[in-house]
Amino acid sequence: MTLEMFVEWAIKMAVIFFLVLTADAYVVLLERRLLGFIQMRLGPNRVGPFGLLQPLADGLKFIFKEDIVPLEADKVLYVLAPMIALVPALMTFSVIPFGDKITLFGREIHFHITSVNVGLLVVFALTSLGVYGVALAGWSSNSKYSLMGGLRSSAQMISYELALTLSVIGPVLFAGSLDLVEIVKYQTDRWFGIIPKWNIFLQPIGFLIFLTAAIAETNRVPFDLPEAETELVAGFHTEYSSMKFAMFFIAEYTNMITASAMASLLYLGGWDGPGVSSFPILGPIYFALKVFFFLFLYIWLRGTLPRFRYDQLMKFGWKFLIPVALANVVFVALLALLLF
Amino acid sequence: MEKVLFLILAGISVAAAINVIFQRNTLYSAFSLIAVFGCLAALYVMLQAQLIAALQIIVYAGAIMVLFVFVIMLLNIRQEEEQKDRYHLYYLSLPIGVLLALEVYYGLSNIQDVSVPGAAVGNAESLGQGLFSTYLLPFEVTSILILLAIVGAVVLARKERDIPLEMLDALEAEQAKNKQSGKSEGKENN
Repeated sequence: MTLEMFVEWAIKMAVIFFLVLTADAYVVLLERRLLGFIQMRLGPNRVGPFGLLQPLADGLKFIFKEDIVPLEADKVLYVLAPMIALVPALMTFSVIPFGDKITLFGREIHFHITSVNVGLLVVFALTSLGVYGVALAGWSSNSKYSLMGGLRSSAQMISYELALTLSVIGPVLFAGSLDLVEIVKYQTDRWFGIIPKWNIFLQPIGFLIFLTAAIAETNRVPFDLPEAETELVAGFHTEYSSMKFAMFFIAEYTNMITASAMASLLYLGGWDGPGVSSFPILGPIYFALKVFFFLFLYIWLRGTLPRFRYDQLMKFGWKFLIPVALANVVFVALLALLLF
Repeated sequence: MEKVLFLILAGISVAAAINVIFQRNTLYSAFSLIAVFGCLAALYVMLQAQLIAALQIIVYAGAIMVLFVFVIMLLNIRQEEEQKDRYHLYYLSLPIGVLLALEVYYGLSNIQDVSVPGAAVGNAESLGQGLFSTYLLPFEVTSILILLAIVGAVVLARKERDIPLEMLDALEAEQAKNKQSGKSEGKENN
């Protein structure tokens, strides 16, 4: 490893870290404003122009809140849980490609920190670790609401992970690679020179399964049973306060961004769009727009849909989503066999 | 650089593995084991076996250990319960330990080539090719074994819920009824 590579890595990591955390903060603001709009009220609009400085105020408030550890809690695991939730969530961005490559100062700069030939699996591996943070938080708080939330969340995440994993077999089969860059590059082709070869066109069912399972996996409405506030106070993070609570919050929004990024990489052609081949700098902009679309969808769903009941959630996951995902695998495999 | 990384990772994994055994708290043991898996995955990456590393995390840390942690949390075992009638198993530990050590020694003594295998060995293509050609039979046999285990687990779990012998007659009569009502219910659902 040369010094140049090391510096490049360090800069990329710092930039992506900053971008992701800033995006987290502003997705929260966007959510509050959009929910306000949907529910015909104003939302936070006092701090700065249009409330744009609200995330800053929120962050300051989190830091200055009292940090409470319940007396009967398992102290070590209680402190560890938010870290276990947050660290893998942020680590996934090391393999997510934001664009192709540009030449800067005579160097080829790729728009990803590192390219792994099993990038897709790495993302799944890291997101599957997120369940520990939630389960541990629920258990170590020594509170029944937390425990119920933690258990629900673990069961839900394990159940929907199956459908999620089955749904990504389609894009992998088409591209013939587990590398996220390769999967996107396959989709940059065109049919008849016009229609982009995005996976969503040939695998709409796979896309819908992925979207549904991803929403469940990130514990968002209508699958937000782990923190169902009407029954469990706040679910697994009931006992948490201050920055520890904020870490769960950041982890949740980071996971949302990861899921949105994966949806656009696997099914919407990632950074692909008109004019990218001649101006590669447009890639990250298209990618950001696609991610933004999914984040908007998340918030839109939250403003629209009621919450599932627990047995409905399990029934839907095991008796509907997984069989459909399995059938979709067969369908996509046949399609791949006929097309290639 | 690689040597330093290796030493750090190996050190952590050995320390965590020892902690798995000596830790009194079962949940802490489980998390030490997850730490071991994490370090092993990192070591696999250093050997260019990225697929094996990812599978290590997905299968062991992400799936199997989740179930372990789940069970421990549900049973709420905080203190390890000392059981006297298990002390005689301590005498078994010595021969088994020696056997294991010999096995490891035998395995290690056969290694001649200590260079890092190229990236082509551990990637998805070569693994898939191997699984579906050279090692097809073991692969299929393993999958049947796992299926058997799942079916067996379901059967065993069902047995426990059976009603005691005294009620068998009543049960049989009920079952005959249930079959009919079950059929009609099924139709309604459809």
